[in-house]
This record gives sequence, structure tokens and C-alpha cells, in this order.
Amino acid sequence: MKRFPRPTIVAAVAGAAAFALLASGCAPAGDSSESEGGKIKLTVATFNEFGYEGLFEKYMEENPDITVVAKKAATSNEARDNLTTRLAAGSGLSDVEAIEVDWLPELLQYSDQFVDLSSDDVEGRWLEWKEEAATDADGNLIAYGTDIGPEGVCYRSDLFAAAGLPTDRAEVATLLGDSWDSYYAAGTKFAAAGTNVPWFDSAGATWQGVINQFDNAYEENDGTVIATENPDVKAAYNSVLDASSTLSAHLQQWSDDWTASFQNDGFATMLCPGWMLGIIEGNAAGVTGWDIADTFPGGGGNWGGSYLTVPTQSEHPEEAKALAAWLTAPEQQLSAFASKGTFPSQVDALESPELLDSTNEFFNNAPVGQILATRAAAVDVTPFKGVKYFPINDAMQQALTRVEDATMTREQSWEQFVTDVKALG
Amino acid sequence: MTAATEVDARAIRRIAFNHRLSHWDVKLSPYLYISPFFIVFALIGLFPLGYTAWVSLHDWNLIGGQGDFVGLENFQTVLAQPYFWISLRNTFSIFLLSAVPQVIAAIAIAAVLDFNLRGKTFWRMGVLLPYVVAPVAVALIFNDLFGDKYGVINQLLNTVGLESIRWHVDVIPSHFAIATMVNFRWTGYNALIFLAAMQAVPRDYYEAAIIDGAGRWRTFWSLTVPLMRPTIIFVIITSTIGGLQIFDEPRMFDQYGQGGASRQWQTLTLYIYELGWNQRNFGRASAVSWLLFLIIILIAALNFYISRKISATSDKAIKVRPIKARGIS
Repeated sequence: MKRFPRPTIVAAVAGAAAFALLASGCAPAGDSSESEGGKIKLTVATFNEFGYEGLFEKYMEENPDITVVAKKAATSNEARDNLTTRLAAGSGLSDVEAIEVDWLPELLQYSDQFVDLSSDDVEGRWLEWKEEAATDADGNLIAYGTDIGPEGVCYRSDLFAAAGLPTDRAEVATLLGDSWDSYYAAGTKFAAAGTNVPWFDSAGATWQGVINQFDNAYEENDGTVIATENPDVKAAYNSVLDASSTLSAHLQQWSDDWTASFQNDGFATMLCPGWMLGIIEGNAAGVTGWDIADTFPGGGGNWGGSYLTVPTQSEHPEEAKALAAWLTAPEQQLSAFASKGTFPSQVDALESPELLDSTNEFFNNAPVGQILATRAAAVDVTPFKGVKYFPINDAMQQALTRVEDATMTREQSWEQFVTDVKALG
Repeated sequence: MTAATEVDARAIRRIAFNHRLSHWDVKLSPYLYISPFFIVFALIGLFPLGYTAWVSLHDWNLIGGQGDFVGLENFQTVLAQPYFWISLRNTFSIFLLSAVPQVIAAIAIAAVLDFNLRGKTFWRMGVLLPYVVAPVAVALIFNDLFGDKYGVINQLLNTVGLESIRWHVDVIPSHFAIATMVNFRWTGYNALIFLAAMQAVPRDYYEAAIIDGAGRWRTFWSLTVPLMRPTIIFVIITSTIGGLQIFDEPRMFDQYGQGGASRQWQTLTLYIYELGWNQRNFGRASAVSWLLFLIIILIAALNFYISRKISATSDKAIKVRPIKARGIS
């Protein structure tokens, strides 16, 4: 609300807010626990697209004494606000709450608010690093993995052709190589051809790929902040900025300019987690030439992915746990992949022909299932993400942006980053 | 005592009681009628205000809740942060860039609407339309205009051969862009308030002025504006309070909503949001909230003082300065 309005509006807003408070504060607590006619009602809160729609029906058919009620938030931010607010309030959460890997470290601090989901049935169901990330210091598994974001490199084969580079995805994979240096070198070659198109979209997006390959970039495992003293971070900062000075389109990811650039030959390559394929396809509608190469600089990389949790607030934790286990089983996750393209994190699902045979028409019929499965297998680092990971990474992103848009020199911007990290206290 | 006197006494008592009731009715009812507003205000205005003060004296995490009592430490920390002062600068800069042109444009639009236009209601509704649009939708539209690379304005500038303006990089352009969104939304609203005030000016004054030979320009400055002063002051005060709390527009100005990599357009409310929800430090966020509250009170008091002076002189202005007729003496 921008303006302090006239009294009538204040009263109206006040009334509305009071009702909203009542509605949000009390109602869900009531309806999540109620049993109707002996049936147990379980609420499942997700966001964006989890691809679970048909699955709930199926579960209710198989378990006649359970009613599943789905709640869906439009964005993960909305879901996160809802989750943290109600966690703080101590009531109002759903029986099964979906969370994104980005907020997992913050929630692990309050792992006593979540039911320990570990059991023999699900032992070894997920890729090791996926499961490890959701395990707290005492060995409690607080979340079941749903999907992951293994990263490949997406590229514009038409722009590659114009620059006289190979276009076939196997040859491109060789060209890009498997180190950051070879990836940047390919970019220099591309730029030398005089196409006048930048190599990648932004320093920030490239940074995401680089930083996720360190075990402890910003924090020690005990939570001590080392971001500003860690020589790896400083070196990565310099190398990304070196590359960005000649190869970047200087577009901040998710900005309007970035979105518009897909229609304007904005850049030739980008680091590409599985879920990014859909976003590229949407932004670049009508553009032909996108393809994906089965390689990633510096080894493997994962970006994003989600989990299901059962908050201790749930009145039916056992039933909720069973439902979460069923939803994250390989069969169900494959059906979600088929409907919404969420790439499964379950070992068995990764080997299934249904996944491996899938192709993507927009990406020149690339065997995306096969490629992403290989990319998932290549992930060998589980970066430690503590409580301060996100604010620190945020400050770093801004530091890179300041240099990209030339509001500060590299040194000044680093100094500002150091100040920002200190301010986190 | 006879039965008759007993009945009388009872009747008298009843009448006295009725009197007292109606006395209470007259004295208390008005308060009862206005009480819902104040009860709700106490609940959602006053209580949070006090509670925020309490939170600001503690270590307080969004999820973890109350921590140790730290006294004024949060205030000290926040006042030592450069971002606090940058936010303060941005808040005032965006406020001035929006409030000043807004009030001037609103008066001009109101003056035009005050003419005998065809399709009066259509024009008046048209002016109010931007106000109906949600700020988020406004931001979406304006972000297409103010894109750094592919924005409409920069594309136009480039075709004329001018340099692109870096809306999301440089301080003043970003403030200008945000102020434009604010103005788009609020100018029409204020214009209607001014219009109502203009129409409340008795028409005989105008007739008298015109007979005395005053032109449109003269009647506007010597009649309309002085008589509208209380309304102008009201609009200025409300836009001050609102302007210092600008949130939606700067938050929607880029995809991160933190006010830019160097905090080029971070306002105080955005800073509160960053502290509270990004860093989850409710203690510091509450401290900034209280500082903002104090700043607004200070500015409002200043406004009140100035407006008292102006309205006092405005009364004199009307009486003392008669309209000098041209030609006739």
C-alpha cells in the first residue's frame, strides 16, 4: 500500500486485513486436521508445477480412507513466505509442504519443526547428494526429494553456424570442453568470428555454475562465514569478471531485458538446468536453433530442485509421511516428468527407458532425458549451504552486477561485497 | 404512603431514567458510532506500532522468534549502515520527483476538467482509470518502457540517434522512472480531489471577477488557487505520508526487488523488507520501521506548521487583495 489513504479506505483496509488475519490464522489449522466421516483429510501444498494433479486422484482410489486436498501457490516466493510465516506462527501449515532446495538450509536450522522422514523403505531411493542435502546434523531426513536441476549447456546452433563453429551437439560438447577455461576459450573463438553476439547471458548466471562446484565457498560446515577471506571465491570472482568483460551480454537473469533478449539474438550459450528448457522454449518462441550439449564446464552442476516435507504441525504425520513417500517414488515422479517435465531425483527413475527415451522437439529433438541423466550423474559436489548462504550469494550477485554495469570498479565492488557480508552480522 | 403517590413516584423515576438514557444517548452515542474505526485502528495500527518497538529492542529472527534483549543496539547498527542513508536519500528523492509534479499536474488537469466539457463524466472517469490499475500491473507496463536494452523509450532514443538511458543503473534516471509510475497512478486521483474543491468555489465570485474584467488566468490564480488552499494542503500532506512509504513501484522495478545492485533506488520500506525477509532480522527491520515512523511524524509536523501559516495568510489574501479591474476604475 503506497499511500496512507482517507479514513474510509483505512477502515475498509483495516476490516479486510482483520478478516484476512482471521481467515489465514485460524481456518487452515481447522481444515487440515478435520476428519470427515472417518476419512483422514491430508492437505498438500505445492507451487508452480509439480505435475501431481492426476496422482492425487490415484492415491485416493488406492487409499479410500484418505482425502487429499491440493493447495497450489503461483510462485515459489509466495510458498516460501507462506511457509516461513506459518512456521513462525506455529500453526496453519499443510500436512505435506513442498519446499525448494534454495530454502532448505534455512529450514534445516529448524529441523525440529519437521518430521524425521527417514525409513528403510526409502533408503537409497535418491541420488546421494540430493538426500544428503536434506539431512540435518543429527542424521534426520527432513525432506523427500522430488526433482533436480542437472545442468548442461544450451546453445544456438544457428549462431554457431554463422560463426563457423560446429553445430552438432556432440561436436559442440567437445568444443566447449569440460573446464571453465575451455568454455571461455570457445567463447573467444566465437567472438573472433565477428558475429557481434555475446557468448553468455550474464556474469551472475555463470557465477551460479562456478560457485556450486565448491564444497565450502562461503561458509565452513560449522557455519563460520569465510566468504570474504576464501581465496577460491576471490579467484572465481576475478575469473568470471575477466570472462564477462568480453563475453557477457550483461543481462541480469530474469530481468525484462533478459527475457526480451531471447527474441533478439541476445547471446549464444547459457548454463542450462533441466527446468530451464521450458523457460527458454517460452521466451524464445518462434526462434529456431536452440540445442543442448551434453557437457558442463568444471564437471557437473545442479541448480534448483524441490522436496516434500511433513511439518510437525500436522495432526496425521504418519499418513502424511506415507503420502509424501508415495508421491516421491520413482513411478510417480516419472509421471510428473511426463506431464510437467520436472526431472526426477530418484536413482531408479534415472535409469528408466521412459525417461531416457524422451526427446525435446524445440531443442532440435535432443534426447534431453538421456543428456540430463548423464549430467545428473556428473554432479560430484554437494556445496555446503548454511544459513547465510543466500544473503551472501545475493550480495555477490550484486557485486558482479555492479561491475557489469560499470557503476563500480572490480575492487570497489569487492570492498562493497565485504561490507555487505559484514552487515549480515 | 398511598398507592397513588407510590405510582406517581415510580412514574417520575421512570421518566427520570428515560431522561438520563436520552442524555447518555446524546453524549455517548456519537462515540459509539465512531468507535469501530478506533477499535480496529488500535488493533491493527496502535498495537503493531508498540509491538514493533518491543521487537526493535531484541534480537529477533523471522522464524526463530524472540532472542536476547539488546537495547538500542539495532538502532545503532542500522544507523551505521550506509544502505540506511542511501535509502533515506532515495526515499526523499523519489518523493520529491513524484509529489511536486504530481500536485502541479493534478491542479492543471482539474482546471481543464472544470471547464464545460462535453462528456464530463467520461473525462473524469478517464482521469481516475490509472488509479484503478494495480501498482504491480502498472510496473509491468512501465518496465517495458524503461528497459535498459530493449525498452521502448531507449529504442526510440536510439532511432533518433541518442544514447540509451541506463534506467536500472544510474540513480537519477531510476528515480525518474519510478516517480513516473507513481505519478501515473496518483495524478488523476488528486486531480479529482482538486476538481471537487474547485467546484465548491461559489460561481458568483467568478461572475463578479469577470464583470470586473479579470481573464481566465487571473481568476485562476487570484480566486481558484487561494480558495483551494486547504485542499492543496490536504493533498500535500497525504502525498507526503504516502510518498515516504513508496514500496510497490521500486520493488517491482527489477526482478530482484531490492533496489538495485548499488541500491540505486532502494527506498526505506524496501530496506525494511530486505532486513526482515531477506536477512530475516526482524529486530533491525523494526528499528528502521520506527525510524521511518519518526521521520514521517517529523515531516508531517513540519507540513502542519507550514500549512497553518499558509492558510492564515490565504484568508488575508482573499480579503485584502481585491481584484483590480482592468480598464474601468
